[in-house]
Amino acid sequence: MSKLKLATAWLDGCSGCHMSFLDMDERLLALAELVDVVYSPIVDAKQFPDDVDIALVEGAVASVDDEKKIRKIRAHSRTLVAMGDCAVAGNVPSMRNPIGPEAILNRAYIENASAQAQIPCVIVPQLLRKVRPIHEFVKVDVFLPGCPPSADTFHSALTALAAGAELDVSALTRFGA
Amino acid sequence: MNDADVKTLEIDGHQISARRGQTILEVARENNIDIPTLCHLDGLSEVGACRLCLVEIKGSNKLQPACVTAVFESMSVITDSDRLNRHRRTILELLFAERNHICSVCVANGHCELQTLAQQQGVTHIRFPYRYPELPVDASHERFTADHNRCILCTRCVRVCAEVEGAHVWDVSGRGINSLVITDLNQDWGSSSCTRCGKCVQVCPTGALFDKSKIGSGHPKYPDFLVNLNLMREAR
Repeated sequence: MSKLKLATAWLDGCSGCHMSFLDMDERLLALAELVDVVYSPIVDAKQFPDDVDIALVEGAVASVDDEKKIRKIRAHSRTLVAMGDCAVAGNVPSMRNPIGPEAILNRAYIENASAQAQIPCVIVPQLLRKVRPIHEFVKVDVFLPGCPPSADTFHSALTALAAGAELDVSALTRFGA
Repeated sequence: MNDADVKTLEIDGHQISARRGQTILEVARENNIDIPTLCHLDGLSEVGACRLCLVEIKGSNKLQPACVTAVFESMSVITDSDRLNRHRRTILELLFAERNHICSVCVANGHCELQTLAQQQGVTHIRFPYRYPELPVDASHERFTADHNRCILCTRCVRVCAEVEGAHVWDVSGRGINSLVITDLNQDWGSSSCTRCGKCVQVCPTGALFDKSKIGSGHPKYPDFLVNLNLMREAR
């Protein structure tokens, strides 16, 4: 049997979910027998491949770039997994929503700047008005809440997904876990 | 006891006897049948606000809140069905969508009744668009903080303050989605007539009311004191 193609992506999150994924430690070796990591912040692939079996997405959708990425990931993935509270629920990145992006940018780049106060506008993507969970943009197949989901959660979930087995997410993790 | 004071009924297929005037919730819990609740708390009056305890009663299309519905002779109650669980999940999701519940950075993370119920009911994401309202945080009190982002308007704080502490500092202002719990006539908690007893903090099911000294250290709540306090007062 050929290996499943696994991709992981990083939108507006802190990378903690990827760190927790790596905390599977030696179990990663067993996982590597089942899947090939074809795209991820931790491998050197520049383009999201055309036919991914399982895509794990960390982070909320906060910028025009995030939105473009999540739509592309959805279009090219068989199973899309919202990984962690930011992807599932917005979490910490969404805390700017009640006050809006201008207030946040002003505080970071103008009020707190000691020199050359200016809001970056070239190269960096434009922020969306509201940070939102990924399922408000595309269909999500599996939700794995947690901040971050534990290594055990990743292991149980990925083992089940790779085998096509039933997965009871609430038995593994919760919001804020 | 008069014969008419004993009611016999069926809950989830179990034959059960109860005293007249008892609610479905009381009788169910006496018989180890779990019905999820948020606004109910042993020792406080019932308001039927959260609707999580809705149950089916045979012969009626209407769902009834178990906490305020009295038992009657030969009633047949169902506390667990696909229909009820669908409603309960929807209620929990609406609570999450209504305000800013960021579990990961909440003082009550791991000790929150809303969070626990969501997990028990299998809520893994919120199907409704989040509202992200801008809400105040009142940190004017020397010991406690009120974070309206986490409030679910269960009114346990209002009831414990009025009914048990006898101070009635807390109340609800506004209507519907604009409702807020307030202290006195909507003045800062710190300058209100608060007696600093802390009962409201202990009964709050979420991180809306918390003790400042517990920030960052986990904040378990101990609402069980209410039942003991009421027992002691009755004995006196």
